[in-house]
Amino acid sequence: MNALIVAGLLLVLLGVAYQSGWSRSRGLVTADGVNIHSRPQYHGSFVAIWAMVPALVILGLWAWFGGGLTRDYTVSLIPTDIMTSLDQVGLNAAIARIGALASGYGVTGESPAWEQAAGGALRSFQMLTFVGVLVLALVAGGAALIYARSRIDARLRARNAVERVVNLALLACSAVAILTTVGIVASLVTEAFRFFTFIHPFDFFFGTVWNPNNAGSAGNWGSYGLLPLLVGTLMITAIAMLVAVPVGLMAAIYLSQYAPPQLRAVAKPMIEILAGIPTIVFGFFALVTVGPFLRDMGNLVGLSINATSALTAGIVMGIMIIPFVSSLSDDILNQVPRTLRDGAYGLGATQSETIRNVLLPAALPGIVGAFLLAVSRAIGETMIVVLAAGNAPVLRGNPFEPVATITVSIVNQLTGDTDFTGPQSLVGFALGLTLFVITLGLNIVALYIVRRFREQYE
Amino acid sequence: MTDTLSTTRQASLDRTQRIRAGLRRRHLGETIFRGLGLAAIVLALGFVALLFVDVVRKGVPAFTQSNLHLAVTFDPELLKVDPAPVRDAFASQAEYTAASLKWQRDVAMLNWNKVVEASLRAAAPADVEIDSRQILTIAETDARHDIREMFVADPSLLGQTVEVDVLASANAANWIKGNIDRSLGDAQQQLSAPARALIDAFVENGTISNGFAWSIFTNVDSRAAPASAGLLGAFVGTVWMMLIVIILAVPIGVAAAVYLEEFAPRSRWTDLIEVNINNLAAVPSIVFGLLGAAVFINYLHLPISAPIVGGLVLTLMTLPTIIIATRGALQGVSPALRQAALGMGASRTQMVFHHVLPVTFPSILTATIIGVAQALGETAPLLLIGMKAFVASVPLTPLDQATALPVQIYLWQGNENRNFFEPRTAAAIMVLLAVMILLNGVAIYLRSRLEKRA
Repeated sequence: MNALIVAGLLLVLLGVAYQSGWSRSRGLVTADGVNIHSRPQYHGSFVAIWAMVPALVILGLWAWFGGGLTRDYTVSLIPTDIMTSLDQVGLNAAIARIGALASGYGVTGESPAWEQAAGGALRSFQMLTFVGVLVLALVAGGAALIYARSRIDARLRARNAVERVVNLALLACSAVAILTTVGIVASLVTEAFRFFTFIHPFDFFFGTVWNPNNAGSAGNWGSYGLLPLLVGTLMITAIAMLVAVPVGLMAAIYLSQYAPPQLRAVAKPMIEILAGIPTIVFGFFALVTVGPFLRDMGNLVGLSINATSALTAGIVMGIMIIPFVSSLSDDILNQVPRTLRDGAYGLGATQSETIRNVLLPAALPGIVGAFLLAVSRAIGETMIVVLAAGNAPVLRGNPFEPVATITVSIVNQLTGDTDFTGPQSLVGFALGLTLFVITLGLNIVALYIVRRFREQYE
Repeated sequence: MTDTLSTTRQASLDRTQRIRAGLRRRHLGETIFRGLGLAAIVLALGFVALLFVDVVRKGVPAFTQSNLHLAVTFDPELLKVDPAPVRDAFASQAEYTAASLKWQRDVAMLNWNKVVEASLRAAAPADVEIDSRQILTIAETDARHDIREMFVADPSLLGQTVEVDVLASANAANWIKGNIDRSLGDAQQQLSAPARALIDAFVENGTISNGFAWSIFTNVDSRAAPASAGLLGAFVGTVWMMLIVIILAVPIGVAAAVYLEEFAPRSRWTDLIEVNINNLAAVPSIVFGLLGAAVFINYLHLPISAPIVGGLVLTLMTLPTIIIATRGALQGVSPALRQAALGMGASRTQMVFHHVLPVTFPSILTATIIGVAQALGETAPLLLIGMKAFVASVPLTPLDQATALPVQIYLWQGNENRNFFEPRTAAAIMVLLAVMILLNGVAIYLRSRLEKRA
């Protein structure tokens, strides 16, 4: 309700300011017939910006400090003899009761006279401050409006001023991307360091046992060895690459070199559908279809394969990455100059020989870059592994057994738990930092290689 | 002389033969290589087809639900409770609220199971022998809540008989649909033998009928009453988050791209931003979840499990996609357009906002929809900001507790009642995929339409 009133009044102020600047500017034109520097809408925007800034600053200050002030005032309303008998919980309850009386909602049970009085006083205080702040904001905005309006004349460079503001706003928006990175690095590093005050970094990075004691207390935290998770992650990634790279690369080669245009037009978007499917769907597919299928296959040939295992998760993750590999490779193959291919044909090579002996070696750096990007994606993938890898953080090399990965352990240790007081939840950030560094390294190397490759043929 | 000639001829014959053999080998290699390429395509497309067929095959049965048509009698003998309080009898709103809450508690304490049981027995054939516990397993446990809500909404129902449709329980639905093997012995069945017989009798006499499962779309999630668990709460939570993503990510992303592409001086600073954005696009989504947990919840104390936090996290994730796509679109605008605008005396800002940006509108729109579709399916970061909490209400504001469609899928696939929830999870996936396909379809349609006009 109050927010609506404020927003409405601000809109009115905005409209009035713009209109007054605009009409004054129009007045200049008709009266003198002189050339004005900026068009009327820039004068309007100029006045509007001048009027809005002080009003918004005052309202912002109130939004930031108003709650604390109101609370302080409410506390001052409680008589001292009652104040001394209240503990923190009682004080909060008293403040809530006074607030309920002030809002007209009322309270249940006996209400002492001082409480009624305090409720009344708070009510008038709230009315007064609300109206006061609003009036102050409007007056400040109005004053700025009048000042800005008085500055309007034919030579005022309103357009340049407005464009400077627009420019600043654009700069602020592009800073969001930087702030995101800063936020990620800062939160990961600070919380990870807090984790390392509980667990020695050596025990974390080189520990071979992952067994967090989720109900543990000081001296009994459990073990937080990264190696089982790292091995699980790398195993699943390797399996995924074994599926994705041959299929993705061959698909890209076929689509870019052999396929008739009609097939290409149909098949390329069809494969890219795979890239748009949410990973949770792949996880479900792995859990209820691929896993049991692999188990039954294993039973047929006498292998014991768990339904949830590194193999299941790896194969399905490989399927997920196929379009990623194929579209990147496709781009890269298309960038190899035609002259190289024509040269090979001229020497009598068949199409497949050209591809294998000329095209692929020429495109190799780019393909390696694509491969690294795919690896980084597989390492950071979460939902498929959460559902289909079985969550068994044990150091072993058998892909038919359940494993756990870095991402799975982050999800297990940190689901909606926000009191980051023990290593049980803080370890999520140490794992996140590890993940971030690994994927960042891979991405930087990959992007560098791909860029070098592009420059080579430009 | 003839000897040498024949040797030369022999040699050249050998050579031809060798070349022929080599060519055969090389052409075979060519065919094999080509076949491998085709096989890769078939394999990749096969995976797409397999995934969709599998999900649809599993999910379609969940779109039927079994309804029980009951004649419910609000028997005054069973329902002994004071009349509901009225507002005028109380001094303040607070006291009235307290009194009506007390009355609702009293109503809730009544034995509504007896009412349900009585109406089930009334519908059953006369000669059925079945005990109370067993007969109640046929109706979903929230049947009594539905009937109680009817009474709370309209206390004058006392003493009347009303026709009510309630859901059959999940186990009953499994039995009717054949999701559970009917030949299994009593020990493996979740329903007792008399209950199973009575269900079959109900199906025969029309008390139970199957219909389209609107409950999937109109109900919120439910743990105690699995048959009535629906997607509405998760869907609304997702809609809130997507609104936040669109409201924040699109203007900020486009503005950032415009700044970097059109205004920023080439300096080390802009290079840094550029590298940074490319890397952000490749940061694993779960890391954004960690950011959300540490900054938005732990530091800024935004409400946990709320769509606002989810929306902010997804906004940060979607930004790089939109920035990169918008920059690509801006680079593609012909220099002639820019020079024409500048030549007519437009300022740089006017040139960008009046001439260049409007041309890129179709690409920006497509990029936005694709980015939103990506954010729609994202699960992992939402788990870390507590959106996997069980929420049985529709979030009315973005500050309420909520869950999201992909998280609901995650929660349902973990439910113990596998026979019932596996189809329902697949059905939820179908809904999610349908929304995504719809979004992508809209993107493709709009792009082709707008580009034609441009």
